[in-house]
Amino acid sequence: MSDVLEAYPQLLRGAWITVQLTVYGSALALALALAFGLAGTSRHVALRALNRVYVEFFRGTATLVLMYWLFYALPLVGFRFTPMAAAVLSLGLNVGAYGAEVVRGALNAVPKAQYEAAIALNFRPWQRLVRVTLPQAVALMLPPFGNLIIELMKGTALVSLITIGDLTFRAQQIRASTGETTATFLVILVMYFVIAQLLQLAVRYAERRVDRMLGRRPVRRDALPRTADASGAGAVKG
Amino acid sequence: MPPTDTAPATPEESSENVPAGTARGAPDVPPQRTDAPGIRFEKVVKRFGRNVVLRELDFEVAPGERVTLIGPSGSGKTTILRLLMTLEKVDGGVIWIGDRPLSHMRRGDRLVPANEKHLHEMRKQVGMVFQQFNLFPNMNVLRNLTEAPMRVLGLSKDEAVERARRLLDMVGLADKIDAHPSQLSGGQQQRVAIARALAMEPKVLLLDEVTSALDPELVVGVQDLLRDIARGSDLTMLCVTHEMGFARDISDRVLMFDQGQIVEEGPPERIFEEPAEQRTRDFLQAVLAS
Amino acid sequence: MTWDWHYTGEILPDLLDGLRVTVIATLLGYLIALVLGLVWTLLRRTPSRIVNQTVRWVVEFIRSTPLLVQLFFIFYVLPGWGLTLGALTAGVIGLGLHYSTYTSEVYRAGIADVPRGQWEACTALNLPRRRAWQDVILPQAVRKVVPALGNYLIAMFKDSPMLLAINVVELLGAAYHAGAETLRYLEPITVVGVLFVIVSVLSSIVVRRLEARYATH
Repeated sequence: MSDVLEAYPQLLRGAWITVQLTVYGSALALALALAFGLAGTSRHVALRALNRVYVEFFRGTATLVLMYWLFYALPLVGFRFTPMAAAVLSLGLNVGAYGAEVVRGALNAVPKAQYEAAIALNFRPWQRLVRVTLPQAVALMLPPFGNLIIELMKGTALVSLITIGDLTFRAQQIRASTGETTATFLVILVMYFVIAQLLQLAVRYAERRVDRMLGRRPVRRDALPRTADASGAGAVKG
Repeated sequence: MPPTDTAPATPEESSENVPAGTARGAPDVPPQRTDAPGIRFEKVVKRFGRNVVLRELDFEVAPGERVTLIGPSGSGKTTILRLLMTLEKVDGGVIWIGDRPLSHMRRGDRLVPANEKHLHEMRKQVGMVFQQFNLFPNMNVLRNLTEAPMRVLGLSKDEAVERARRLLDMVGLADKIDAHPSQLSGGQQQRVAIARALAMEPKVLLLDEVTSALDPELVVGVQDLLRDIARGSDLTMLCVTHEMGFARDISDRVLMFDQGQIVEEGPPERIFEEPAEQRTRDFLQAVLAS
Repeated sequence: MTWDWHYTGEILPDLLDGLRVTVIATLLGYLIALVLGLVWTLLRRTPSRIVNQTVRWVVEFIRSTPLLVQLFFIFYVLPGWGLTLGALTAGVIGLGLHYSTYTSEVYRAGIADVPRGQWEACTALNLPRRRAWQDVILPQAVRKVVPALGNYLIAMFKDSPMLLAINVVELLGAAYHAGAETLRYLEPITVVGVLFVIVSVLSSIVVRRLEARYATH
C-alpha cells in the first residue's frame, strides 16, 4: 500500500487529466445538447430532423468504438486527431446526444402559457426563449444533467486505452512498477468515487440556486435516486 | 387616479386612427373619446381540427369602447381574445386594429398573411391579462414588470423601474416589489399581471376570465382595480367573464355568443334585464343559478 | 486510402465471431444485473439500518466509479485472492455487477411508484402480505420497470466493447486485432461502429414500443 501512496504525484497528475477530460467533455456535451435540443423544439421540420439524426446516431454509438474510430481509423483517410481531441470529441458527442433529449424534454415541459405570456408582452422569438422558457427549463434539466456528467466522468477511464495518461492509465503504470495490484486499483476507485461525489455536490448546489431563483422551496433531494425514474429516459448511460 | 400614464399620441398615430374610426362609421354607443384604435372582425373563421369555433364572424368595437363577451364555454369568446393577441392564427377573414390588418399585411393592394415583424408591430397596441396570471416564475415582481418595457420598448432601467413602481402603487402592491410570484396570493398575482400588461402601455386591453381562477374572497379586489382602470383610462377593452355584475359595471356593450356567432348584443342593462333571445335567457339563468 | 470491399469481406468472419462473444457477454451480464439488482433492492428494504445503509453506499460506490476500472479489479485483483477467472467470465461479472446498481434503482422506483393507496387497499381487503406482493404490487411495478430495463440492456450492449481491455476478443477487440495485422483499421472499426448503431437504434425502437404499450394503464 505504501508503494502506491508514494506514487501519489503520478496519481495526482492522472487525476488532473481525468478532471480536465471531464470538464472539456462536459462543455462540448452541453453545447451540443443545447444546440441540438433547441433544434428538436424548432418549428422547422429540417431542424427537427437534424435533431433526430444526431440523437439516434450518437445515442446508438458505443463511446469506445467511436473513440477507436476517431483515433485509429480516421487518420487513415487523412483526419488526424490528438488523443485528447479524439477522447473529448467522442465523450462529448455521445453524452451530448443524451443531453439533447434532456434539453428538448425540458423545453417542452415548460407550460405553454408562459410562452404565450411572453408573446403577449411582445418579446421577440429569441427573447421568449432566452428570457422566459430556457431559464425555467434549466430547473428541469439540472438533475438529469448531473447524472450525465457523472456518466461522462466515468467514461473518461476509456481514454487510457488510447494512450492518454489519465487516472486509470497511471494506475496501470503503478501496478506494473510496484506489483501492488489490489492497493492501486482500490486507491483509484476511491479517487473516482470522490470526484463523483464532488460533482454531485456541485449539481445539488446549482439545483438549490435555480430553485431559489424560481421561488421554490428547497426540496430535500438526498432521498431521491440519482438515476431517472423507472419509466422513460432511464438509461442515461454512455 | 389615472392608472396609466397614457403618453400623448404622436400626430401620425392619431391621424392614422381617428379617420379610420370615423370612416368605418363606428357604432353610436360610446362617444369618441380616445386615441385608442377600434377593432373590426371581418368574416373571421377559426377552426381547431374539424371543430369550427368561429364561422365568418363579423363585429366591431369602437375606439375606447368596453365590450364584454358572454356565452357558454366553447362559444368562441376566448378564441376571439387569443386571435387579437396573435396567440392563434385566423383560418379565414381579416381582423383589423384601427385601419391596419392584424392577421395580414398589405402587399401592394393585396393582403397576405402577416410575418413576425408585422405581428411585432401590431402587438405593441395590445395587452392581455390571463385567467391563470402567467407571471414569470423565474423573475421577481419587479423584473416581471420591467423586463418587457426594457427589452421590447427600449426603456432605460431607471424609467422602467419608475414605471413599475407607479403601477405597483396603483394596484396596491408597492410593498411586494421584491417578492417572488410564488409568495403572492392569487389575487395579488393577478394584480401584478394587470400591472405588467399596463407597463407596456397598450391601447387595447384584453381580459380573459381574469377572476375565474381566484378564491371568491379575492375576486372583489381585482374587479375593483379593473373598474378603476376602466374609468381612469381611455383603453379599448375586451373582456370575457362570467361575473355578470362586473360585466354590467365596466362595459358599454355586451355581446352574447353561442357556437361562434353573436346571438344578440346591446347595452348591459338591456341584455341583463330584458334579453330578447331565448338562448341568452337560458344562459343568464344558468350563470345566476350557479 | 480508399475503402476496400474485398478486405472488408475477408475480416467479416472474424468480426462475426467477435459479435457472438459480445452478445453472449451482454446477455449473461444482463442476467446477473437483473438478479443482483433485485437483491440490492430487497436488502435496502430490510429494517436493519446497518444493512440498508451499507448496501446503499456499496451500490453508490459501484455506480459512481468507472466500469473499466472495475473490470481491471475483477480481472487482476481477484486471482490474487485465490479466485482466478477467465477473461470472459470476469467481463460478464463486471458488466453484471455494474449494471445491477442501475437495475436496482429501476426496481426501487418501480415499487415506489405504486400508489400508497394500493397497499392500503390490500390491507383493507386483509390480503396476506405475500398475496399483496404477488397479485397487486409486482404486476403494477413491472409495467413501469420493463421499458427502463430495456434501455439498460441497450446501454450494456454499448459498454461491452470495454471487455477488450481485459483481453476478451469481443466485436471491437476482433476488429482491432484484424486491423493490427494489416494496419488497416478503417474497414473493421467502421463496420463495428455501423453494427453498433444499427443494433442500438433498432432495439431502442423496440423499447419505445414497449414503453407505449406499458404506458397505457
